[in-house]
Order: sequence, then C-alpha cells, then structure tokens
Amino acid sequence: MLRSYAMPPSLNGHVPLDRLTKLENFGHSLDGAAYVYRPTHTEQIAELFALARAHGASLTFRGAGRSYGDAALNAGGIVVDLRRMNRVLDWNPETGVIMVEPGVTIEQLWRHTLEDGWWPPVVPGTMFPTVGGVLGVNIHGKNNRQAGTFGEHVLRFTFMKPDGEEIECTPDDELFYAIISSLGMLGVITRVTLQMKRIHSGNLAVTARAEPDLRGMLDATDCGAHENDYIVGWIDCLKGGTGLGRGQMHAGDYLPPEADPAPARSLSIDHQTLPDTLFGLIPKSLLHQLMRPALNNWGVRAVNTAKYAASRTLGQDKHYLQSHVAFNFLLDYVPNWERAYGAGGLIQYQCFVPKETAHDAFAEILRRGQRHGLPNYLGVLKRHRPDRFLLSHAVDGYSLAQDYRVTRYNHARLEKLIHELDEIVLEAGGRFYFAKDSTLRPEIVRRFLGDATLENFQSLKAELDPENLLESDLYRRCFKDSSTRIITNEHEFYS
Amino acid sequence: MPTPLHLPPDTPLSSRKRAVIIGASSGLGAALARELARKGYALALLARRVPELETLCNEINTESGETRAAAYPHDVTDTASIPSIFQTLLADLKRIDSVVYVAGVMPLVEFAEYNFEKDKAMLDVQLAGGLAWLVQAATLFERMRGGQIVGISSVAADRGRVKNPGYNASKAGFDAYLEALRNRLTRRGVNVLTVRPGPIKTAMTAVVGGLFIAQPERVAQDIVRAMEKRRQILYTPRRWALIMLIVRNLPSVIFRRMRF
Repeated sequence: MLRSYAMPPSLNGHVPLDRLTKLENFGHSLDGAAYVYRPTHTEQIAELFALARAHGASLTFRGAGRSYGDAALNAGGIVVDLRRMNRVLDWNPETGVIMVEPGVTIEQLWRHTLEDGWWPPVVPGTMFPTVGGVLGVNIHGKNNRQAGTFGEHVLRFTFMKPDGEEIECTPDDELFYAIISSLGMLGVITRVTLQMKRIHSGNLAVTARAEPDLRGMLDATDCGAHENDYIVGWIDCLKGGTGLGRGQMHAGDYLPPEADPAPARSLSIDHQTLPDTLFGLIPKSLLHQLMRPALNNWGVRAVNTAKYAASRTLGQDKHYLQSHVAFNFLLDYVPNWERAYGAGGLIQYQCFVPKETAHDAFAEILRRGQRHGLPNYLGVLKRHRPDRFLLSHAVDGYSLAQDYRVTRYNHARLEKLIHELDEIVLEAGGRFYFAKDSTLRPEIVRRFLGDATLENFQSLKAELDPENLLESDLYRRCFKDSSTRIITNEHEFYS
Repeated sequence: MPTPLHLPPDTPLSSRKRAVIIGASSGLGAALARELARKGYALALLARRVPELETLCNEINTESGETRAAAYPHDVTDTASIPSIFQTLLADLKRIDSVVYVAGVMPLVEFAEYNFEKDKAMLDVQLAGGLAWLVQAATLFERMRGGQIVGISSVAADRGRVKNPGYNASKAGFDAYLEALRNRLTRRGVNVLTVRPGPIKTAMTAVVGGLFIAQPERVAQDIVRAMEKRRQILYTPRRWALIMLIVRNLPSVIFRRMRF
C-alpha cells in the first residue's frame, strides 16, 4: 500500500447539474449524458470515488473516447475523463523504460521517445487512444503474433481501488493480469511503467501482396505472422463466389542496425508526420465528407474492385520503406473518417477465431452478410496469439474486423445478422473484443469467456469494488443479467 | 418500495424511447402514460398518490409483459427535492427522450371569491413546480442537443377570464415559460410542445362540469401524435383551436361583460 486518501464527501444531495455533458462512442452510434469530471491528480480521483459513493451514482473512467462501443460511456452516471492526467513522469533513453500517467496518448508516447530510437512496442490502428484506455481493453496491434498485447510490455503500474487505496502491481502478481483487460471495472490505473521497443530506423520495410481468395489471405497472414514483425490484411468483403475473401496483405519489418543510412533523419518527428492534404491538394479535414456519398453497397463495391485490381497488378509484391506512423496508423489518414458513415454511425464487429476453424467461419460470415444485403465496408484480417489476461479476446488464430454502417432502415436486419454471426463465431470456438463490441449480451459473453473466467472476474469485482461504484454502459450490457426478456421496440428507431 | 426499471441496455441496433411524466397518477397523466407505454416507451411515472401510481404501473407492466413503467413518489411543491430525483431518474432510465409536465390543480373558486391560498396552490403546482422540473429537463436536453419537453398548459392560458383568475395566471405563466424555452431550445435541436387542452373529464374538473368536456384518452392520443410529429402548439380536442381563435380576438369591451 502506498497512500490512502480519505475525503469528506460534500453532501448537497445530488451531483451538480452543470456537469452534465453529452458523450458519444467513437462509432457515433450511441450517446448519453453523464456528469463529467476531468481530474489532474490522483487525489482528485479518490475524491470522485467519494462523490459517487455519497450520491449513489455509478462511475466510469474515460480516456480519448476511441472505443467503438460503450466501454467509456456511463449514461446518467459520473464519467471521469483522465485526459488531463497526461504527464510523462520519467523517461530513460538508455533502457527505453517510460513512466506515464494514464491520460498519455499513444501519440505522446512515440513523439516522446522516437528521437532516442524507441517506439511503443504495440500500437493500435490509431495513435489517439490513451494508455489507460488501451490497458482497459488490452489492445493489440498488427504485430500481435510476434509481440503480444500492450499489457505484455507493462513492467509495473499503480492502481487505485474504489476505496481510495493505491497498490502496485507487477507481472509477478496474479492481479496484474486481471486489472489489465478489466475495462476499468475493478479500479483505475494511475501510473504505468512501460518497456519501449528499440528501433534502428524510423522506417519499416514493407511488402504488399494481393491474394485471390480467403484461403490465400489466411495462409499469407499466417506465414507473415511468423516471418514478419507486422502483418495485416485488407479484405474486399463485397466480393462473393470464388473470389470470396480476396484482399491485400501488408507485411512490415523493423530495419536491422546499420540498414538505414540516415537513422537520425527517419527518426525525426517531421519524417513521421502524416501530410495534411491528399495529393497536395485536398485538405484531409474535408475528406470524410467527400467519402460519404461512396459509403453504400455500390460505392464501396466500386472502390474495393478498383483497389483490388490495383493491388493485384501495380502493387503486387511491391517492396518499399514506410514510416512507422504511416504504416501503423492507417485509420488516422482520414481525420474523422467515422463521420463518413452518417447519422446512424457504424458498428465494428471483430471476432477472433482459432486457426483450425477460421476459414470456414470467416467464409460463412462474409457470405451471410452478402446474402442479407448487409456487406461490411471494411474488412481487416490479423493473426493473433493467446495471452493470460483475464478478459482476453485473443486466440491462437485470426481476427476479422468488419465495419457495418447503421441506418434507420437497416438496424433491425443488422441486429438479426449480428446475432447469426455471434452463433457462427461461438460454434467455431471464437471470442470477441470489448474495445470494438457494442452488441453483445450477457448470455453470449458468458459463452465466450466461460463460467470460470466470469466467476473469477465477478469475485474480484466484489472484492475490490464491493459497493459496485464502477459501472459503464458496457458493463451493464455485457455483465449484468437483465431479468427481463428483450423485446423488440415497436417504436421507430429514430424520430 | 417502487419497482425499479429493468430495461435491457440500448445497443446501436436496438433502442427505445424513454419518457418522464410528472403528475401521472390520474386523469390526463395516467391516460398519457398508457398511450406512451402502448407505443413502446419506457416510463418513469411521478405523482404524490403512491397507491394510484403503483396500480397504474402494474396495469402497464402486466399489459406489456415487462417492467416498462416505474413509480416515483413525488410532490412537485417540494422543489428542493427535484434535482436529486432528476439525477435518480437519469441514472435509472439512462437516457430521457421526453419530459412531460402534467401536474396541475384547480380548486373551485366562486365568482366573487378572492382567495390567495387557492391562487398560491395553483402557482406552486403549475408554475413553480413546472419551472423547477423544466430547468432540469432543459439543461439535459440543451447539453444533449436533442429531446422533447411537453408542457400541459390550457385553453385558460389564452385569456384571463371571470371564473378563476389564479388558474388563468398560473397557466398563462407556464405557457409563456414554455414559449421562451422553445425560443431558446429549438436551435439546440429540442422540441417544446405546448398543449392547450379544453376541459377534460378528470377528477380536477369534476367540480366544474360543463360544455364540450373531452375524454382523457382521446386527448392523450392527440398529444402523443403531436409528440411524434414534434409539433409546437396543440389545441385538443381540435375544435378548441377555432374557439380560442375567436376568444383570443374577442374585444375586451365585449369580453369583460361575459360570464364565460
């Protein structure tokens, strides 16, 4: 135990109304009003726990709000936004060990360490999430098969329980593996010590390769995941028939020492920065509006066909150097790209299936969407390895991430499709990912996590958070059994 | 102890509307609750009279086969309690799409009676209670850039008449407040519906009786339809739009000689 903060709660009967703030999920498919607080110091977090306790309110932590689903929403409750706790507390350029507060973003991390020749060991497809948020769902990157999840590179962290007590955890503690991945439902990580990855160049050696079908894509991903540091596949999810699952692979490798003739230049921030305009002309801030008209079945089909044709011909087996930022943060190329999906937003459905059953499961998933006239517009394929974190999404197999547009006309059909996909994934022994999910229900969560894991999680929750102060919309949706049956809403979805 | 709501949490693919009705135990409030429940709304129902409120909730929940309505005992004249009740409602419902203020009282006032106690009772319920609730609703909806406020005003808000000056004043004040909220909040995506019903056959009007008295179910249907269309002002039943057009334009020289 480090310190314990006690604080007399200010009892004026209710949380101040002027704290009410509209919060959305990253997919803009959900919103809710919450009482938002933005502390700058750990002492204030302890005070906020006391505030929640005094007013009988639930509390959730929020980072950059980049979860696709409802992980950082707590409608009608308190949301503690940790983005102002964004200080780098210690950095050792010799060992690559960095200590940060939870509101530090992935972008801050690489900007802080790059020029000394270090890079975050695992990064998601965007640089905007915070370290706290990343640990809550224990994200992976395109190097998951090689480097594991983000949590595997944490050396130690300080953790505050809802009673205000702070404890230290290292990978030797069993609790370490429960807290990382626990969606902020056991307490809050207040400082983290991370091991960064030594790099010898600001560039990666990248190879692009198109594959004509799903089997080809899976084999290439598997092969790449064993040989390359990074591997990611794009799948044209609108293509059916013999070309089902066709797409393009990008493999990336760190450069060995001495391979980059001018590492100081490639390791500069300027070299990594993404351009502000497309072709030097179109401001990228406008790009999502230009994309909007193309985000329908015909538009995406045309774009995908052209992209596949180009990758099969011009881009086949192309080797080139690309900066870490350009390779890893594909999603940041188009700022606010998710807004192109329109008023209903999007949901992402990412499922993780063991390698033995992946081909048949993914083929069926792609076919099912096409048959319902609800193809997904962006399919991403990755190779994974299992990890020992409690609420882990990982399997020894593959994941397929799919973006579905939600509209007022398709939501009922889409819900039916998603339930069908859930069954396909569960039958294949697959898992789901809370960073992306917005549709799972307790019975599905129980089936993929298993009774033992769930009981372990619930007993830790009862021990660390006996008053159940910590609740998010995701926690209520996925972990609290609703005693009522789910009925279809007779009322119109939007009106 | 009232039954809490057990609603399945919303997902992007399945969500439902949620409404709060203040003054829901009888008359128009109860009819509105039944009508909105039939449309699939989840409801928080508030009123002083707990037994009536619980009977209504049970009736709605039995009919729909799920806990769709929950009862919250509340007296609108206890304005100090409103912020914490609102916090509870928001935490229970998770989101609020519509706030419907129905609560109203109308003591019988004789033609030659001047009674501040009775007038104040009406101001407390219609005006002070209404404002205290709508301040909460307006803050939420303004922040959310959306939502709906429904205020039950009255045809009595249009002109001061001989029968019950305090009632006219309370409803006119509430009506003006609703109009001001509309002017503030329309630009924020919030719909403010002012309902001006004629006399409705409820306990409140049992003492007056009279011409053109409407059934609460019929009025509730009109209101829910207007809510769905996000209208601004509703006279219900419809004939009151025409009657009040005439009444509003009646010259004072005639109006002050009438006993209407």
